[in-house]
Amino acid sequence: MNIMKNTPSLFGGHPELVKSVHRRSFLKWAGGTAAVTTLVLTGCKEDDTTPVVGEVNLGTGDFAVLNYAYALEQLEAAFYTRVIESQFSGITADEIALLTDIRDHEVAHREFFKAALGSNAIGGLDVDFSSINFGSRESVLNTAKTFEDLGVAAYNGAGRFITSPDYLTLAGKIVSVEARHAAYIRDLLSNGTFADNTVVDSNGLEMSKDPAAVLQAAAPFIKNTINASALA
Amino acid sequence: MDFLKILNLLEERDPDMSDRLNTRRQALKDFADLGKKLSMAAVPVAMGSMFQKAYGQSTATVVDVLNYALTLEYLEYRFYEKALASTGLIPAGAPNGAITTIMNHEKAHVDFLKQAITSAGGTPVAEPTFDFSGGQGTGNGPFASAFSNYQLFLAVAQALEDTGVRAYKGQAGNLVKQNAVLTAALNIHSVEARHASHIRQMRKANGASVKPWITGKESGIDNSVVQAIYNGEENTTQGGVNITSLGSISANVASEAFDEPLTKEQVLAVATLFLAS
Repeated sequence: MNIMKNTPSLFGGHPELVKSVHRRSFLKWAGGTAAVTTLVLTGCKEDDTTPVVGEVNLGTGDFAVLNYAYALEQLEAAFYTRVIESQFSGITADEIALLTDIRDHEVAHREFFKAALGSNAIGGLDVDFSSINFGSRESVLNTAKTFEDLGVAAYNGAGRFITSPDYLTLAGKIVSVEARHAAYIRDLLSNGTFADNTVVDSNGLEMSKDPAAVLQAAAPFIKNTINASALA
Repeated sequence: MDFLKILNLLEERDPDMSDRLNTRRQALKDFADLGKKLSMAAVPVAMGSMFQKAYGQSTATVVDVLNYALTLEYLEYRFYEKALASTGLIPAGAPNGAITTIMNHEKAHVDFLKQAITSAGGTPVAEPTFDFSGGQGTGNGPFASAFSNYQLFLAVAQALEDTGVRAYKGQAGNLVKQNAVLTAALNIHSVEARHASHIRQMRKANGASVKPWITGKESGIDNSVVQAIYNGEENTTQGGVNITSLGSISANVASEAFDEPLTKEQVLAVATLFLAS
């Protein structure tokens, strides 16, 4: 399973453990540290309905998928808002225009999910961009690339959890825009890398990611712990 | 893609599948054993046979969708193949490299879909004979100079890629219960969107007024045939939510932020122009 491949230190390669953690709705996505392992392992034996401090539970069913998307859109919108507020040195007028477009798209996505979810929506996430140098073109664009590629992989990988055809189509409407962003950002970094073999496999298919892998990759940028137990 | 993982999830997400598979556990075990021996190229075959076992009658719809996709992929693949073979059309260096990358993806999509269809018990559609002039076999359609006029070539490429994105999107709802096929289709869909974004950047570098995303229903291409591919992209209401009412979001932004699907009929109305037979 991808989970084991991507988080060997977290689960020690025991599939049973992964499964039991999922079932107990207690998976914590905060990086593969020994401390986390201890917390998860001991936590499973405790009352599994006690919320973790700062935990955001995505909920169940299609709402869980929408909240998952809402969480990622919050992250992207917050990032590009900062990018436009504190522009990196050497940014061109064309880059300002298109990065502003992307910011606006992500804000539109975020606000859409918030409105569509209504009372089922998760709250606002606390982001952590301390690892990003917003004055550096390379730092900003590489982070943007990470977020956009991750967004595409996330929507593709979450499609199978959606049961409503309407929601599925809505996710499809957004993911292709994220893919357009991803290709643009990649070409800014290195022209021609819009769909290279780090994101597209030998069958010409995007390498989608399951929610566990996506949230692990996003964890360094999000202070909250996200409980995505419904999406496993 | 981790197909074993997908199958495990399929099993978990769709308990009814067990009813459709007489010896589900053995079948999954066999598949798991088989998976260890399979090359990537062989994966669609095994995947297709799993659907046939698990979904029986549903396979017909899936095959229809896959054959529809295959037709569009043939169109794209042969279009780029012919363009790359047209001496002096595509500049050497980055442009040639990008178009080659895209052609190779379309070729891979053709191969993937053919195998998936065959293994699902279907028959892949025969490759059509194309008229890339958009003249339905006359050779005198509006794009007759697409293989000698670079700007026109890029415009047709943009139209084909944006059509591909809309076409796959329009089929997602039909695959909502076919999780593994859905995931594969989504994974092609986003690659088409990456292509569209890059082609649009290539057009912009050559003076066209376009962005990597679609604003309103603007194609940036002065052609009435092409316009049908972009009509509807100006939509600003999603899931009953008027996006422009959510704070200060303009209609242009609201339209750019969401790509719109096309029905099979809408797509085929355009694609038919490129069919010679």
